[in-house]
Amino acid sequence: MEPIDLDLEESELELPSEPMHLNMGPSHPAMHGTVRIVLELSGETIVKSDVQIGYLHRGFEKMCERGTWTQVFPYVDRLNYVSPMLNNVGYALAVEKMCDIQVPDRCQWYRMILGELARISDHLTCNGAMAMELGAFTPFLWYIKAREMVWDILEEETGARLTHSFGRIGGMASPPTPALKEMCRTAIPAILKLVEEGEGMLLKNRIFIDRLEGIGNISQKDAIALSWTGPCLRSTGVPYDVRKAHPYLKYDEVDFDVPVGTSGDNMDRFLVRLGELRQSARIILQACDRMPDDGPVNVDDPRVILPAKGDVYTTIEATIQHFKLVMEGAKVPKGECYSYTEGGNGELGFYLVSDGTGTPWRVRIRPPCFPITQGLSDLINGGMLSDIVPTFGSLNMIGGECDH
Amino acid sequence: MGELKSPGAAAEGTSKITIEGGASGTSGFATTKLDALLAWARKWSLFKYPFVTACCGMEFMALTSPRFDGSARFGAEAPRFSPRQSDLLWVVGTISQRQAPVLKRIYEQMMEPKWVLAFGTCASCGGFYDNYTTVPGIDKIIPCDVYVPGCPPRPEAVLDGLILLQDKITKNATGDRRPGIVKPREDPIRDLVKLRRKDKEDNA
Amino acid sequence: MSVRALEALKNRFGDVVVETHSDWGDDTAVVKAESWKEVCRFLRDDPSMAFDMPVDLCAVDFPERSPRFEIVLHLYSVGKRQRLRLKARVGDAEGDDAAIDSVTDVWVGVNWYERETYDLMGIQFKGHPDLRRILMYPEFEGHPLRKDYPANKTQPLVPYRTEEEAGLTLDKQAPFGIDEGMPFGRRTFDERDN
Repeated sequence: MEPIDLDLEESELELPSEPMHLNMGPSHPAMHGTVRIVLELSGETIVKSDVQIGYLHRGFEKMCERGTWTQVFPYVDRLNYVSPMLNNVGYALAVEKMCDIQVPDRCQWYRMILGELARISDHLTCNGAMAMELGAFTPFLWYIKAREMVWDILEEETGARLTHSFGRIGGMASPPTPALKEMCRTAIPAILKLVEEGEGMLLKNRIFIDRLEGIGNISQKDAIALSWTGPCLRSTGVPYDVRKAHPYLKYDEVDFDVPVGTSGDNMDRFLVRLGELRQSARIILQACDRMPDDGPVNVDDPRVILPAKGDVYTTIEATIQHFKLVMEGAKVPKGECYSYTEGGNGELGFYLVSDGTGTPWRVRIRPPCFPITQGLSDLINGGMLSDIVPTFGSLNMIGGECDH
Repeated sequence: MGELKSPGAAAEGTSKITIEGGASGTSGFATTKLDALLAWARKWSLFKYPFVTACCGMEFMALTSPRFDGSARFGAEAPRFSPRQSDLLWVVGTISQRQAPVLKRIYEQMMEPKWVLAFGTCASCGGFYDNYTTVPGIDKIIPCDVYVPGCPPRPEAVLDGLILLQDKITKNATGDRRPGIVKPREDPIRDLVKLRRKDKEDNA
Repeated sequence: MSVRALEALKNRFGDVVVETHSDWGDDTAVVKAESWKEVCRFLRDDPSMAFDMPVDLCAVDFPERSPRFEIVLHLYSVGKRQRLRLKARVGDAEGDDAAIDSVTDVWVGVNWYERETYDLMGIQFKGHPDLRRILMYPEFEGHPLRKDYPANKTQPLVPYRTEEEAGLTLDKQAPFGIDEGMPFGRRTFDERDN
C-alpha cells in the first residue's frame, strides 16, 4: 500500500475519485427507442451527459427525392410510427398547400377523426411505455388493450394496423366506411374507461408519483428557446397548440381545450398527455356528429387525383391521365412552402421545395422529437442516474422521426 | 399416454418422445434421445432478447399484449435484457449501418445454442430503405433463422414465425442454418409459380 | 401575416436583404450570409419581432446555382404568433467552403439543427460549440444529402458476410412456393401442392 503523504492538508485526504463513465444504449431495455447516452457520473449523480442519436437514421429525406410526391406517403408513415395517420395528414396538407387545393368538407372531418384516433394511440403508447419502464406493467397492458381498439377502427378504415399510407394528395385513399361513426361512438367510451382504470392505478401509487414529481423540470423560457412544441411545451404552461393557434382542417369549428401543466416536470408531461387524450376523444365525437354521410371525399382535380377505375379501363383519356399521374407523378408548382400541423409530439412541419416536376426537390421534415431530445441532456444533468428512465419516457422520443 | 409428438415432427425417428406406462401415472417412464429431449425443452423455453429499434416495436408491443399474448403461449415470454442469458434474438426493426456493430456484438455475446428471428421486412432485407444508411437485411451481418416479412408483420405472422422456429429447433438441433420464411398460407403467387417450376414437376 | 416583419427588416437592414417574397403566405427574406448572425440577433431582440422560437434550420442543395446551398431558418414568435423564413446562400460549386456563422448563442435550440445540417449537407457553422456528426457515424465520408452523393452508396462499419460464410445465398430472391428450401415447417393443407 502506498504511504499517505502526511504533508497534505486535511481536505485533500479524500480518496481520489475520477468521474465514472457509463454508456447507456443504444439498445437499452428501458428506452423504447435507439438512443445512446454517454454519462459522466459522480457517484450516482450525473455530471455531464452526451445524448447521441442517429441509430435509426434511414435516409428519409434522400429517399423522398427519388420517387413522386405521392410515393412519399409510405415513408412519412414510418417517421412517427406511433401515430402514422397524423404524419399522413400533415404531409398531404403540405402538398395541398403548394397546389392550392382545399379538400372537401367530408374529407376534412374524416382526416380529423383518423388523426385524433392516431393521437390517442400515440399518447396511450407513450404513457403506457413510461409506466412499464418504471415497473408498472399492468397499466401498460391496459393501455395497449385500449390501443388495440383504436387500431381496430383504423384497420377497418384503412386496411392496415399500423402503417396505413392512407393519405393522398387531394383526399384519402378511400371514403369512410359506413360503420365508422358507430365504431367510434362504441370504442371511445371503452377506451376512456380503460384509461381511467390505468390512471387510477398509477396516480395513487406513491412510487410512481415520487419518481415523476419534480423531476426533469424545465422553464417556459428554456423550452421555447430549445424549440420544444407539443405536450412537452404545454407541460410548462405555454398554451401553444397548432390546432388552436393556427387552425387547419376544421379544428376552429370544434370545441376542445388545451391542457397545460404548471412546472414542466415529468408528472406534468404525463398529465398533459392524459388530458389531451380526452380532448381528442371529444373532438372525435363532435366530428362524428358533423361529418356528412355522403358527398365527395377527394377533390375534383385531374391534376392530382387518379381517374375512376372504370374510366381507366374504358377510355383512352383516363388511361393516359392515370399513366401520367402514376409514372410522372402529380406536378406540384415550383416554389417552396412550409406547412405545419400538430403531430403527436408537437409541431410537425414539412418544408417542401419543388422544381415544378413530379418529383420533390427537397422534402424536409421538422420532427418535433428532434429538439425535444436535444433538451434531454439539460434535463438529466445534475440529477440521479435512475431519473433518466422516467424523464426519457416522458419526452416520448420516437426514433424514426427524431433520426429522420 | 401414448406419444407426445411435436406438431411438425412427422418423419420417423427425428424427435420422438415416448412416454410409456399406465394412464394413472403410477409407474411411468420415458424414453427418448438426449438431443431430441434437449431440443424439445429448448423450443418451449426460449428466452428472448428484444433488439427493438423501429416501427416493428409497436407490433412487438401488441404481440406481447393481452389480445395476442403471443410469446407467452409458446414459452417465449420472459425477456432477458442481457444477451448472455438469452437464446433467441428478436431483431425488431431497421438496422442502420451505425447500429450494425452493436447488433453483431450482441449476437456474439449470446451463448450457444442461439437463434435469430428477423421481425419485419427491414430486418429481413432492408425493405424499401435501399439507401446509404440501411443494412440490407441482418443476414448480411449475422446468421438468421426465421424471417417474418411484413411492414410491420401482423402478430399472427409473428406467431407463425415462432412456430417455424420451434419446428426448426426440433428438427435441426445441430448445425443446419437454412432459414425459414413466414408466408401466407394461401400463397397468392402460386399460380404464377407453377410456370417457373415446370422442370421440377417434370422430374417428379 | 408577418409582412410587417419583412418591411421592418428591409427598413432596418437595407441592402443586406437580397430579396423577399410571400409565396403561399410564407414570408421569406433572403439575407446576405455575412450578416446572418446580426439579422438573427435583431429578429430575436427587437420587441416588434420577438421571434423566440427557432422552429427549424435546414439547407437545400442546388448544384447548378452559383451559391450552391440555401440555408433556411424558420422562426416563430410564440407571443405574437407570427412566422418568418430567413434564408442565406453560401458555397461554391464544389461545396467545400460552404460556411456561415453559427447562431447557437442567439437560440440554443439550433444547436442540433446546425449539427445535422453540417452532417448531411456539409456546411460549416463558424463558432458552433460542438460541430460533429449527429445522424451519421464519425467514420462516414461525404455528406449524404448533397445531390451528388449517390443514394445507395453505403459505407458499412461491419464487413458483410459472404455467401461462403453464410452457406446460403444472400440475394433477395424470394423462394417460390410454399416452404421451399425449408427442411422443416408446417404442413400445407392444400393437396395441390403435395
